[in-house]
Amino acid sequence: MLPSIWTLVGQAGTFLVFIWAVMTFVWPPLTQAMEERRQKIADGLAHSEQAEQALDRAQAEAEEILRDARRKAGEIIEQASSRSNQIVEEARQLAVAERDRQVTAAEAEIRLATNQAREALRGRLAELAVAGAGRVIEKEIDANAHRELLDKLAAQL
Amino acid sequence: MASGNQQLDTDALAGGDVGQAGVAGNTDMLTQVGESGGWWAETKARASFVWNEQADAGAYVNHHITNLRLPKGADPMDPFVWHVDTMLVSWVLGLFFVFFLFMGARRATAGVPGKLQNFVEMLVDFVENSVKESFHGPRNFVGPLALTIFGVVLLWNLMDLVPVDYVPTIMYILGADYFRIVPSADINAPFGMSLTVLALIIIYSIKGKGFGGYGKELFTHPFGGNPLLWIPNLLLNIVELIAKPVSLAMRLFGNLYAAELIFVLIALLPWWIQFIPGGAWAIFHILVVPLQAFLFMSLTIVYIALAYEKH
Repeated sequence: MLPSIWTLVGQAGTFLVFIWAVMTFVWPPLTQAMEERRQKIADGLAHSEQAEQALDRAQAEAEEILRDARRKAGEIIEQASSRSNQIVEEARQLAVAERDRQVTAAEAEIRLATNQAREALRGRLAELAVAGAGRVIEKEIDANAHRELLDKLAAQL
Repeated sequence: MASGNQQLDTDALAGGDVGQAGVAGNTDMLTQVGESGGWWAETKARASFVWNEQADAGAYVNHHITNLRLPKGADPMDPFVWHVDTMLVSWVLGLFFVFFLFMGARRATAGVPGKLQNFVEMLVDFVENSVKESFHGPRNFVGPLALTIFGVVLLWNLMDLVPVDYVPTIMYILGADYFRIVPSADINAPFGMSLTVLALIIIYSIKGKGFGGYGKELFTHPFGGNPLLWIPNLLLNIVELIAKPVSLAMRLFGNLYAAELIFVLIALLPWWIQFIPGGAWAIFHILVVPLQAFLFMSLTIVYIALAYEKH
């Protein structure tokens, strides 16, 4: 069935040549293409990973900024409200002081008027007393002569 | 046939089967061993036969172009003969291909691919691109079909690069009288595949154009719709339809059969010179093997695309 057992050896030689050709001409470009493809995929994945990380960072940063702004706004509102309270308080104090001043002034005026009225009444009382006494004693009393006496009397009232 | 034909001897050896053409006269030793029975004794006898005997060139070539047939000694032209070697080798190669892709897919990651995944992806990308270029319908079936055809035909053809006598000799010693390991050099395997393609061409014609559309095209397509031309149209379409699988199968079979035969002829040269023509032919084969696989695949895609698209 075989021409000779040696043909098996000859075919092994043929096969060796074939293996050499594959190793030299087929394998390197094939593995190179595979390696390039692999590298491309790896690079792409690495890039997307980086982009994702950058996105994460940017998001965290934005959140931080937002939180900061919110905190600042709160502070400002608080400041404003305390300032407004302060203003109201100041205004209230001013008003109270004004009221006190006006009340004091009014009281002083009232006192003055009272004193004036009293003075006037005193004057009139002295006259009345003189007139009354004149009538009682039916004798003209020189008002001027008794002025001092009457004024003393009036002052004691 | 000469009575010294070694093929006949092997038939005698395999248990005195005389179905094929005659009984050998010059292998008394083997016949004796074969008659004494016992698988181990027979194997030893076959091994010593391989070691000692030499066939003439004609018998040697004949041995290499004969398939392992079942039932034994059946008429080679009988259509119901099983070519066990072709079937076995194609099954093994097909399962290998499926397993190979399965391994690539099973450990697939969305990240950086490993070596096997990378190779499988390259292969799938390559086939997918070829399909994309010529077929514009849905690719969920045609893509895998093209991948299967390419992979399987490539593996079939690669068997041609295994040294021609190694597997037949081992199988002979183990008890199989003949064993061809290149399925594409057995006309039945390429034809089996191309008939599947024919069925797909018809299915895709109907799928793309509908029953009525395809029927109408069969009767009116090349020459026009005149009723007088219906029969010539139909005849031409049938010829065209049959020519597709025939040309597909014949192209592959012819290339690989001739290639195998040349390897066999090279094996008849003195052993110390074989590596020169054998090596050259093997290197040439590095081109032929993937080219034939690619041709079978891309022509299948083109045929299906032509069938599917409306004119």
